[in-house]
Amino acid sequence: MSTRLAKGGRLIDRTAAMDFHFNGKVMRGFAGDTLAAALLANDQMLMGRSFKYHRPRGVVGSGPEEPNALVNLGRGARLEPNQRATTTELFDGLEATSQNHWPSLEFDVGVVNNYAARFMPAGFYYKTFIHPRPFWKHVFEPVIRRAAGLGKAPTEGDADRYEQAYAFCDVLVVGGGVAGLLAAKAAADAGQRVILLEQTATLGGRTPVDEADIDGTPVDTWIAAIESDLRARDNVTIRTRTCGFGVYDHGYVLADERVADHTPGDGRPKHRLWRIRTAKIVTATGAIERPLSFAGNDIPGVMLASAVRDYVVNHAVSPGDRTVIATNNDSAYQTALALKAAGLEVPAILDARDTATGALPEAARAAGIRVLTGRGIAKVKGGKRVTGVAVCTQAGEGAVLEEITCEAVAMSGGWSPVVHLFSHCGGKVKWDDNLSAFIPDASRPPVNHDGSPMVSVVGAAAGCLSLANILAGLRDVSGKTAIRLPDVCQTPDGSVSIPPVWVMPQGAPIQLRSKMWLDYQNDVKVSDVQLASREGYQSVEHTKRYTTLGMATDQGKLSNINGLAVLADSLNEPIPQVGTTTFRPPYTPVTIGALAGESRGEIFQPLRRTPMHEWHEKSGAYFEPVGLWHRPYCFPRAGETHEQAVHREVLNTREKLGLLDASTLGKIIVKGPDAGRFLDMLYTGVMSTLPIGKCRYGLMCNEQGFLSDDGVVARLDEETFLCHTTSGGADRIHAWMEDWLQCEWWDWKVYTANVTEQYAQIAVVGPNARKLLETLGGMDVSKETLPFMQSADGTLGGFPARVYRISFSGELSYEIAVPASQGAAFWEACHKAGASLGAMPYGTEALHVMRAEKGFIMIGDETDGTVIPQDLNLDWAISKKKADYLGKRGQARTFLASPDRWKLVGFDTLDGSAIPDGAYIVADGTNGNGQRNVQGRVTSTYHSPTLKRGIAMGLLKHGPQRMGEVVEFNTIQGETVKARVRDTVFFDKDGEKQNV
Amino acid sequence: MSDPVSALGGASYAGFATIREIGPLGMITLRAKGVKSLDKAIKAAVGTKVPAVRRIEIAGDKACGWMSPDEYLLILPYGGVADALAAIAAALKAEHHLAVDVSDARAVFRVEGAKASDVLRKLMPVDFDRLEPGELRRTRAAQVPAAFWQADGGFTLVSFRSVAGYVMGLLQHSAQPGSEL
Repeated sequence: MSTRLAKGGRLIDRTAAMDFHFNGKVMRGFAGDTLAAALLANDQMLMGRSFKYHRPRGVVGSGPEEPNALVNLGRGARLEPNQRATTTELFDGLEATSQNHWPSLEFDVGVVNNYAARFMPAGFYYKTFIHPRPFWKHVFEPVIRRAAGLGKAPTEGDADRYEQAYAFCDVLVVGGGVAGLLAAKAAADAGQRVILLEQTATLGGRTPVDEADIDGTPVDTWIAAIESDLRARDNVTIRTRTCGFGVYDHGYVLADERVADHTPGDGRPKHRLWRIRTAKIVTATGAIERPLSFAGNDIPGVMLASAVRDYVVNHAVSPGDRTVIATNNDSAYQTALALKAAGLEVPAILDARDTATGALPEAARAAGIRVLTGRGIAKVKGGKRVTGVAVCTQAGEGAVLEEITCEAVAMSGGWSPVVHLFSHCGGKVKWDDNLSAFIPDASRPPVNHDGSPMVSVVGAAAGCLSLANILAGLRDVSGKTAIRLPDVCQTPDGSVSIPPVWVMPQGAPIQLRSKMWLDYQNDVKVSDVQLASREGYQSVEHTKRYTTLGMATDQGKLSNINGLAVLADSLNEPIPQVGTTTFRPPYTPVTIGALAGESRGEIFQPLRRTPMHEWHEKSGAYFEPVGLWHRPYCFPRAGETHEQAVHREVLNTREKLGLLDASTLGKIIVKGPDAGRFLDMLYTGVMSTLPIGKCRYGLMCNEQGFLSDDGVVARLDEETFLCHTTSGGADRIHAWMEDWLQCEWWDWKVYTANVTEQYAQIAVVGPNARKLLETLGGMDVSKETLPFMQSADGTLGGFPARVYRISFSGELSYEIAVPASQGAAFWEACHKAGASLGAMPYGTEALHVMRAEKGFIMIGDETDGTVIPQDLNLDWAISKKKADYLGKRGQARTFLASPDRWKLVGFDTLDGSAIPDGAYIVADGTNGNGQRNVQGRVTSTYHSPTLKRGIAMGLLKHGPQRMGEVVEFNTIQGETVKARVRDTVFFDKDGEKQNV
Repeated sequence: MSDPVSALGGASYAGFATIREIGPLGMITLRAKGVKSLDKAIKAAVGTKVPAVRRIEIAGDKACGWMSPDEYLLILPYGGVADALAAIAAALKAEHHLAVDVSDARAVFRVEGAKASDVLRKLMPVDFDRLEPGELRRTRAAQVPAAFWQADGGFTLVSFRSVAGYVMGLLQHSAQPGSEL
């Protein structure tokens, strides 16, 4: 039985009882409990099942290293899988369920794997499921995925909010134990701007549990004093419940603050992701205790010695009446003493070392605890719960000397300094023989831009496992610390020595080794790593992936060092030679919500709106994304399909009057004495000769010669041009212009300004277009005064307007730009004045259909980054006289100049249908891959409501020379559509409609 | 001519800081470099001196901000833009420059309150504790470009007009009561 003790518990508040649910059972805990502590207090030792064999598992640790006690936390819109019970703060009404079991935690059918374990060795998946090949995808993988899996994926949207925040400092201290507090104080004393992060809710680290006093002051008093000192300073910020989880180049650190995990639904953001830029980083991340590898070390009730005393001291939780200690170092004796002090029994301390003469072993002996040196655990007895241990000599092969009845086992295989953050950005670690652990190599830290150390390490993270060691380096002596923070790492003083004990007993036979768990969550045993080594795995990185050692949600915090020590032993190589796997961020799992931050729902992505957007929404527009804009695709009326709406909009525009919101069109002012010269380089045609007040269509290519953008250029005055770009191209083309002006032609006198959003632009299109403008009144828009391809400034209906007589539909058409702040009003005025003229709004699809009927190309349809203007028969827009333009040289390359390129033509389907989007034009025979040869493809294809049949443009090899020929387009169904090659202008070939 | 309408029609939100969309505000982009009469042009248009690098000069309801080595942002009452453009044209008539009305291309917000900077700290990679008096910062608000400066006990933030709704959404999200940093 694990239970709550009657007294003690430094972190719990016994006056604040909290009810919570575990697998539907109501349990009670106290404020200050973790979920793991509260479960233990309710005798719920069994907390989950392992990944592969579904073995029963209890909590093993008391912090972020926990591999076993993972739960589904919450439910519905607040369900979070894989939450560690050891780091989950208890709150009233908490609901948790255990994971990885079926049908129940107590009885699991998957545990049958347990008995088949010897048939599921390392690399089992690779060996077993390789043949027959198709079975992997359709049989093995789905079955394995169902059997494995961890928590349940939530099915509802997350009810919580998340956010991010930026912070800046001179020194960032990660870890709020004694070493971190002292480092923060030292940096603050030196006038540095300091941020201190602590992943738990309280400061002090392990010291309040492990030590009685600091320099004669009770630990809690000492910590309270330094905390209030630091909090009182303007240059120090302390953030608890905040885990610094990743170190990146140039002092960039990410940290996850669990703002409201423990107060769900209170309206605050659940997590806040901190993006911190700091000059220096001090990590004081402590050390994690290692398990010992003895048979049955995964049976619920076997825990880390440090975790046992955490539960006893912090939460007044007893793991059982009788706890046997197994250790290879002195620190576990603290657990024995803590248990004793709580009135519990420690039947024996099994110390693998031949002698144990330190202060702590002596204190244990003095307390009457039986200390057996040179002894180890042959095996743990029990199934879902520890019932006892069999004792053996460490030096032997596991012959049982005696059996001891107990309810719990506290083990310590030494300590692994948390070197993760030091290593994330390139810091190297070195093996310390005295500690049997990797510690930071202070001579090879990650470095800043200037070569100075970016991360220094203090405290247990640096291998300083005694308080005296930490204090000696960091204590304030005459206003300075003994080591030069934040540039220098602390170093172990040699006072703590931990001999290597990787297997217990050292000569254990296979029967025992195959019950010694290294990685609890992934069920990797000592025997698995040894098998991998026998099968030829030498690299620790390969062994990790082959055996899945250290690949669980805890990322091997408990298993990595033990596993690679076993590997090194099997390879008969020293541990440092075998090396470690790579430490990568995040240190602990980070919820996706925190990474996404505010980017959800309405503000997932910027949505660009024109001044008329609200009108479109009210009018029931169906929107499509164009870049980050949402543009009306069509304006369906009641009972209309989108297709019907588009057809109506096209016909109405062709017969009466259509209004288009063209505000998204890019508008860039180009001004200066060299503006004409500049545009002559940017466009394939000549712009410098454009008379003032006239418009000219132009093409822009990139340096390779490929068509990049198009639009109409208007000359506003001698030095000023207004360049229209595509809707999606405005920002890109503006940046392109600035790139050339700033980096290449920096001595040309040209300035540009992107005024896209300054104007609302409305296309007034159709036979009644001029009548509408005359109704609005204010300027002469007659054929004589404002002929095709000219622009004029004036007022229309009282609105200041610039009117361009240009057409993308083949109709009589004006594009009118008014200030954006009056755009909505002008749009409404047009509709009002146009009501009697048959005015209707039309969307982008009608625009597309009408331009295709006229054979006008569209960037992104006729072009895809591999098409040059010549492919589209746009030679007329390319100047032959100019010495150069961007793309000219590229277009002269043999492949682009080849007469065999696919070129633009139109198509009439023989049956009048519309060719499917994306269809290819098939050719005879097949290519080397057995695929049908092709000779072209469709680029634009629509049903034309004007012509009442399908129309299409496409690229066809030698296209213009093949007029009248019938070609075949493929379809997804495998059939083909026959179409006759024709020119690209389907409607009003002579342009009579637009020139009225 | 109808009355000019700002992007969000003066929307506001009261969280732990107050958010207000203001405007329309007159704005001119002036591009010029190394021209003799730049100081005269700016003086004539908005009555300030030429701002230093990353600074804004404020004179009553007018201001001039440094945007880049060859770009200035002139701020003035909406109705005064035409006159200011004329004044710039007169002062720089012989010199290479570009001055253009961008009043309607922008949205302007005020973020006010004791913890106003907490709202912006969540959105902008800016070290607010090191912000200089009179500093104008061109930065980003989450995913879109933004510029801001500190004045009159709060922050004035400028974004492009088309993303005004997005920026308002960001500011509201960041100013939720209880989420102070």
